[in-house]
Amino acid sequence: MHVDPLEKRWLYVVGGIVAFTIAVQVYYAAAKGIHPPSNVQTIDSAKLHLSKEFAENNLGVHKNTDGSLDVTMVAARYGFYPQEIEVPIDTPVRLRIASLDVLHGLLVPYSNLNLMVVPGYISEANTTFTKLGEFPMICNEYCGIGHDYMYARVRVVPKNN
Amino acid sequence: MSITAEEAGRLSQTQSTTASALRLGNRLGMSNLWFAFIALLLGLPMGLYQVAERSGYFPWLESSHVYFASTSTHGVLMAYVLTTFFMMGYGYHSMAHSLKIKTWSPLFSWAGFYMAVFGTALAAVMLLTGKASVMYTFYPPEMAHPLFYIGAVLLVVGSWFWCIDMIAGMTQWKKQNPGKPVPLVMFGTTINAMLWLWTSAGVAIEALFQLIPVSLGLKETLDPGMARTLFSWTLHAIVYVWLIPAYIAMYTLVPKLAGGKLFSDEFARIAFVMLFIFSVPIGFHHLYMDPQQAAGWKLLHMLGTFMVAIPTFLTGFTVLASLEIASRLRGGKGIFGWMLGLDWKEPMVVAGMLAMFMLTFGGFGGLINASYSLNAMIHNTQWVTGHFHLIFGGTTVIMYLAVAYWIWPKITGRQLHSKAMAVWQLWLWFIGMLVLTLPWHYIGMLWYPRRVSSTPYEHVGVVAQWGIYELMMVVGGIILVVSGVMFIYNLIRTHTNKIAEPDMTVSYAEAIHPPLKVPNILNSLTFWNWAMAAYMLISYGYPLLQFFFIGTHGAIPFGI
Repeated sequence: MHVDPLEKRWLYVVGGIVAFTIAVQVYYAAAKGIHPPSNVQTIDSAKLHLSKEFAENNLGVHKNTDGSLDVTMVAARYGFYPQEIEVPIDTPVRLRIASLDVLHGLLVPYSNLNLMVVPGYISEANTTFTKLGEFPMICNEYCGIGHDYMYARVRVVPKNN
Repeated sequence: MSITAEEAGRLSQTQSTTASALRLGNRLGMSNLWFAFIALLLGLPMGLYQVAERSGYFPWLESSHVYFASTSTHGVLMAYVLTTFFMMGYGYHSMAHSLKIKTWSPLFSWAGFYMAVFGTALAAVMLLTGKASVMYTFYPPEMAHPLFYIGAVLLVVGSWFWCIDMIAGMTQWKKQNPGKPVPLVMFGTTINAMLWLWTSAGVAIEALFQLIPVSLGLKETLDPGMARTLFSWTLHAIVYVWLIPAYIAMYTLVPKLAGGKLFSDEFARIAFVMLFIFSVPIGFHHLYMDPQQAAGWKLLHMLGTFMVAIPTFLTGFTVLASLEIASRLRGGKGIFGWMLGLDWKEPMVVAGMLAMFMLTFGGFGGLINASYSLNAMIHNTQWVTGHFHLIFGGTTVIMYLAVAYWIWPKITGRQLHSKAMAVWQLWLWFIGMLVLTLPWHYIGMLWYPRRVSSTPYEHVGVVAQWGIYELMMVVGGIILVVSGVMFIYNLIRTHTNKIAEPDMTVSYAEAIHPPLKVPNILNSLTFWNWAMAAYMLISYGYPLLQFFFIGTHGAIPFGI
């Protein structure tokens, strides 16, 4: 086995880059609890209307006693329900969403909200909106011919409203 | 000294066996490669149509039905057909010329080829009639016509014939040449064949147990969580299956045609085995935003994802070092000045340097995608499509094109129609790719979602910032189509070129220190197969098993 000295030095550099990158991510995951949305929770997508949580009259924004918000939504061809939600700025939001039919996904510009919605599972993500205004909640996973039109409105309003 | 009649007879027999092995390798090579590049030619204008349609500047083009049929077809042609047939054609040629042996049964090799062709045709009919607009990633519970899945499976099974040929070829050669290192080009090719068998198993299970039964109505529901997990098994490693032939060319052809030597044969082998072991058990970075897998498993897959960056760093080093040596042998000088001293009239050198450049950009983007936390900023945005077009369409395909320019004269015996045109074509490909993919990354960072045919959101402030970049992308698409047509034209004209190719011998780059003997672990795949089995069991065992006891509910299939 022949190892050139220059090659050896490069190996150390590469090892260092990879070790550092991994260390940063493991640190933030372990110490700051930064994880991708990963609650493994199943639900029957054909019976959402019979479930308590995702029944039509329970969808929308719920205020918790500590001031944080729970947002419950359903994704279905070709919209997110409710079609419009209003949340105060700088407030912790927990979004729980389930699909009625096929795969969907969502992202909201100017936020770090990005989530897959897989039929048969409940998706959950935590975020805080930090910019005032109205933004689209866009479906970012191909869900059929009408996919382009699948979006809802997120209105971020001042806190004391 | 005279040779006996018996020896002479044996010698001429060996020569004729070698000649017939080369002939078979050339024929299999040419058939597969032409099929691959026809897919490329057909896929290119679809790409241009898509970028123009999506931009919103050409309302007369707009149709979501045509758009999604086109995207699905473009994806299948480029990602499955071009790559699979290129890998097979280049592999058959490499095996014949490096080992000088025939595949164990020519009938078997041709059967694999025709099965893959038939499968492609079947899938193509469904795609082009809009009955399979489910994207090349399938996306159940949306269902395509069963013939689409059956066609895709036949394409994959046909390519498995090639895998068996490569593995059997290397095994046979090792028996005849005990203790000798397998030629690097064949070591890389066989690793890729083995990797493809491991890689394609995930999607094959999904197709056979979920997609085909449900699309035929034999099963009522399927679990999309399990389908996505199985697809992730295939989805990342497959890109390495596409990339490895490009790396093989970088290691075994670029240094040679640049007029130099390979910097290190052993490190090339190390890079190949690392690409093998770290590319399959890491697919969950495609599922970071998915609900059906827990965070710990995603973290485990993230570790492996970063490990697979190492062989790419090694490849970059070895290939650039080899090029630098070649340049200095030609009189190139300076820390960076040697780059000017390279033979920029040689297509393989041009492609090698441009591929490296795109790999640097694309690799950086890849680290963002692979990142456990940063991924949330770009997941399912246009950044991702921009990324894989740069690294696949750019780095990988530009090497495919350069291999074609090298291989065509060797197989046809005709000189390349125009080397100058080839060099222009490669530069255009590079420029087109940058003009296309740099704005593409950027609009992804501006939250432009992936897989849409238009952006009819009423939030003007968000939408308005994308427009100018989409126009740039259309320009990139036009350049790429022009470049692709130049490529095919050059190949066709080569077949009818009256000037014979002066140098018909196929030879590969020699290493500065040619390995007389390499450790068995870098000359055999047995250990690595066991290692892969163990690593796969750890990273996919529980995550797949969980679907049998967490109480999943099947999802009903939907049309598109």
